[in-house]
Amino acid sequence: METVIDYSPAILRGTGVTIFLAICSLMVSMSLGLIAAWGKLSSSPIGSRVANSYTTLIRGVPDLVLMMLIYFGLQRLLNFVGDYTGLWGYIEINTFVAGFVTIGFVIGAYMTETFRGAILAIPRGQIEAGIACGMSKSLIFRRIIWPHLVRLALPSFTNNWLVLLKTTALVSVIGQKDLVYEAFTAGRSTRQLFTFMFVVLIIYLIMTAASQTALGLVERRYNVGVRRA
Amino acid sequence: MFKKITMAAAGLAMTFAASSAMADGHMLKIGVEGAYPPFSEKTADGTLVGFDVDIAMALCEKMGKKCELVEQDWDGIIPNLLNKKYDAIIASMSITEERKKKVDFSEKYYNTPSRFVAKEGVDWADTNEGLAGKTVGVQRGTIQHDYLLAVYPDADVKPYGTAEEAYLDIEAGRLDAILVDSLAVDGGFLKTDAGKGFAFFGGDHSDPKYFGDGAGVAVRKGEEELRDAFTKAIQEIRADGTYEKINMKYFDFDIYGG
Amino acid sequence: MEFIIEYFTLILGDGNWKFWLEGISLTLMFVSLSLLIGGVLSIPLAIARANRHPIFNPMVWSFTYFFRGTPLLVQTYLLYYGLPQFDFVKDSFMWPMLREATWCALIAFTLNTAAYTTEIFRGAIEAVPHGEIEAAKACGMSPFKRMRRIILPSALRISLPAYSNEVIFMLHGSVILGVLPIIDIFGAAKTINSRYYVSFEGFIPCAILYMILVFGITRIFRMLEKRYHAHLRPRTS
Repeated sequence: METVIDYSPAILRGTGVTIFLAICSLMVSMSLGLIAAWGKLSSSPIGSRVANSYTTLIRGVPDLVLMMLIYFGLQRLLNFVGDYTGLWGYIEINTFVAGFVTIGFVIGAYMTETFRGAILAIPRGQIEAGIACGMSKSLIFRRIIWPHLVRLALPSFTNNWLVLLKTTALVSVIGQKDLVYEAFTAGRSTRQLFTFMFVVLIIYLIMTAASQTALGLVERRYNVGVRRA
Repeated sequence: MFKKITMAAAGLAMTFAASSAMADGHMLKIGVEGAYPPFSEKTADGTLVGFDVDIAMALCEKMGKKCELVEQDWDGIIPNLLNKKYDAIIASMSITEERKKKVDFSEKYYNTPSRFVAKEGVDWADTNEGLAGKTVGVQRGTIQHDYLLAVYPDADVKPYGTAEEAYLDIEAGRLDAILVDSLAVDGGFLKTDAGKGFAFFGGDHSDPKYFGDGAGVAVRKGEEELRDAFTKAIQEIRADGTYEKINMKYFDFDIYGG
Repeated sequence: MEFIIEYFTLILGDGNWKFWLEGISLTLMFVSLSLLIGGVLSIPLAIARANRHPIFNPMVWSFTYFFRGTPLLVQTYLLYYGLPQFDFVKDSFMWPMLREATWCALIAFTLNTAAYTTEIFRGAIEAVPHGEIEAAKACGMSPFKRMRRIILPSALRISLPAYSNEVIFMLHGSVILGVLPIIDIFGAAKTINSRYYVSFEGFIPCAILYMILVFGITRIFRMLEKRYHAHLRPRTS
């Protein structure tokens, strides 16, 4: 336990990196999810085809393999395009960027289904009622669509967020100094890998539990006014 | 919600901006491994130390450049040089024909043989027959790995991402033997607490066909100027005693080799 | 053309095809074994959860919460790199097994999938229509017989779609083998990459192989669903 305290700055730094990375991934995944859900629901055949191949690709390729391809492949592509067009000298895809782009990309496919389901479930009648009352489009979105969307999407959103949080552990494999990487390095040099890995598990459990509690509160707030059977 | 998105966008922009700004400066970026004691390792507070690190700093000083060390896992160390994440590799990389197809090397800065390590007192011969059926650990993508695959087809070869992970597993009793650079394993394992009860067995392995001509500084192909500058700097630190000082800090004999 | 030949020589030549074969068979064997053992384990656990057994339910809940709330990578590290920290583990009769990377990973994966599958089955058991259970009671079936003849078959059927996702997650998760000194499909790709100092050439066939496997799994489950959900489909006549 004393060694863990010695290494606690590194562990805390790693935890910070993991959380920041998870938030960045969440942003990417929500944007992609909204776009792809819109594509799937749109009447244009191209939109739905692109969105469908996206979700099929994600279902087919393991996240770690995708991360490797993005980390090395995207860098090569950027260098090539930069050299060819002369638009930029060198833009680095570091492990952090590769990490959150990949995780965002993967979870985005899950978010697609979340948002698609939620959008489909919004009661049309209420929107019509809004129009009938003379509400503006933005008012309808704010007062009717948004609250429903959040309420309907939250349970599955919570689940996606928890999957996302756990997926961040993989960035340690490409050398990003997240919680797992820092703890593994510390455990390796002190020959106490069990202790350190256990600490990592506990930290992940705390993050999971905290997210569940927080999102549970949001869920309760947005469910006010829904009649239960 | 919107605040969150703007924050993330700002974060993104920062990451990109920071990395492109670094590349613009006249800094030399050097890739090191950081998990190969005593050549390169990390202290508890994250500082990189070791023979390779000191040599890198000495070479930079001689070349009159400002250097930044970039820590890189061994698996991606050549690909990321080619991807321009750094401009040179100083990571005990042996100069081999196979690697020369991808990168250029300076002259060697040290040359030591590789040896097998196992529990003290084993009487195995260090031949294919002697190690048939034995589990032998090695770092993936190293000269030792190529050598084992080519010369020891009957051994059960287990590839590890870092040498330290192989040390962990031989200590745990999962491996019968490991094949490592003799100095690296001596300083990084045998002389530490964890390495008690383990010893070298068999002789030196240094067949140039597999092991090349010692460790050199790797640069991207076509950067002759940089490569020659490194070679010149190596000769200079050899001549003025800087090399000897660094050498003696880690080892008690001259590791430059014949 | 030349480029294509060069590429195939790189990924298959020089004895590299053997790494792929080894990788594919290892991944397949590994995923099916852990799913099988994990699946068998999860049935009694799920029953304990669904019946709200006063002692077992909280225990099983903690087990599933722990394994579902933490990354599989760290669980595997804990077992593989962590256990040798204790001398009593190395002296125990279990050590001949635990010294093998494959066994450690198998244990971690089995427990992980058991945790997820338990929750899937629990949900399915709770979703079995009450009418079916009441009918079984009315027929005078004993609780055990009810479980065996009515509840479990019905629950397994209900859980098919969710379970197919778990199978694919397990296949995705199995790349963690390649992070340990084991040559699965991902490990084969890494070995080949490091042999020629390239960065992602080996990951392309690797990605394609996983896609083929996922495609196959999806097909199998679609067939199963067709067969076992036949009674749920609208009549076409």
